[in-house]
Order: sequence, then C-alpha cells, then structure tokens
Amino acid sequence: MRILLFGRLSASLGREIELDLPGPRTVADVRRELARLYPHSAQEIVASRARPCINDAMTSEEAVVEPADEIAFLPPLSGG
Amino acid sequence: MTFVARLVHAPFVPDRELARFLEEIADAGAVASCIGLARARSRAGTPVSGLFLDHHPRLTLSSIEEIVDGAARRFGLTGALVVHRCGAIKPGEAIVLAAAAAAHRRAAFEAADYVMDRLKSEAVFWKREDGLAGSEWIEPTDEDRHDLARWSLSCPE
Repeated sequence: MRILLFGRLSASLGREIELDLPGPRTVADVRRELARLYPHSAQEIVASRARPCINDAMTSEEAVVEPADEIAFLPPLSGG
Repeated sequence: MTFVARLVHAPFVPDRELARFLEEIADAGAVASCIGLARARSRAGTPVSGLFLDHHPRLTLSSIEEIVDGAARRFGLTGALVVHRCGAIKPGEAIVLAAAAAAHRRAAFEAADYVMDRLKSEAVFWKREDGLAGSEWIEPTDEDRHDLARWSLSCPE
C-alpha cells in the first residue's frame, strides 16, 4: 500500500512510503508497522495527532486498509 | 456567476488576478478583496527567510473549493475568487488573494472576511517557517481559533 505523509511527518520520513503488508490491515496496524520500520520517528507516528485518510476520505484507527489503498496521515493543519 | 479556487506553485500578481475577476463577474454591486502576504518576521519577532506551505495533491484544493462554496451559499455571492500559493514562498510575496462579489457591499466585505478566517484554519496546508535559527512547523493559534469562532465554526483537530 501507498503511504503519504505531510508536514512535520514528511520532514522526518519523506513524502511517500510503499509498504508491503499482506492482507487487509487496520490503520492502527499500519501505524505500528511504520513505527517498527522507522524507530527514530516511532513516537511521531504512533502517538501523533495525525489523522488517517484512506483514498482521500477521513477515517478511524479501526478502518480496514487494503493493499491497493492509499493511506495519508495528516498532521494538525496550519491553515493557509 | 464565477466561482474559482486555484492553487499555484509560483508567485502570482494579485492585481492582475483581481482585474480578470472583475471582467468576469456579472450582476455585482460590490467586490471586497484581501491579499495575504508572507511576513518577514515570525510571531516571536525573529527574522523569517521563507515559508514552505506543504499541501495534499487533492484535498488541499478541494478544501479551498469547499470554503468558496460555503461563502457563496452563506452570503449569496454572485462571484468569488481564491488564488492560493503552495510550496516555497519568500517574505513579501502574496500567499493568498480572496475576493468576493455581491449585490451589496456588506455581503462582499463579510464574505471576504469569512473566507480568509476559514482559509487560515481549515485549508489543508502545513506551514513551516524557515529562519536563521532553524525551521518550525506552525499550527493554528488561539487568535485563529477565535477568528473562526466568529462564524460559529471550530478548527478541525
């Protein structure tokens, strides 16, 4: 699945990560896997207030993510 | 009726955009506009060498379109324009132009004010200030929240 990161998350992890997670997983699973792969940013990923968004729709931690989905983590907005 | 929201990656000339908007609108008795500029100093007073406005490839523009649409419905506008920068912005450059056209001036003034308040808090951007002392990611301030509350709206968490 394709992971998109913005703002301060993008500064530490880059804009885009391709994650090879078999089978449907929840958003919380994806966060945990990212924290495992990027331990230096684990706190930001797991405990962050970044809201999850699957295929451009805001969602919850329990939502299921399919391998073909795009999941974006949106840190608190600054506005324009 | 002309309702336009644009996201631009390079400097733009606000008066040229406004002139084009004035040519396109019809049935308006008044147009009010606001230009937001990149400041040379942070809120703490330290020099800022530049801003970076990070954006989402689709959600950012749709959030601006939603704000324009909300203003059009709330104030009965005959036209509205928002041109918003993203990416690297230098101090003194225009970040945003918001213009509202209405039959009467009060609606135009209020709509421009409303659009700016919502853009400052709800538009899907992540703002970083760069300076000699380093870089800092900015979040909405209490002042921004207070401004938004004037319209009975609250900041997204």
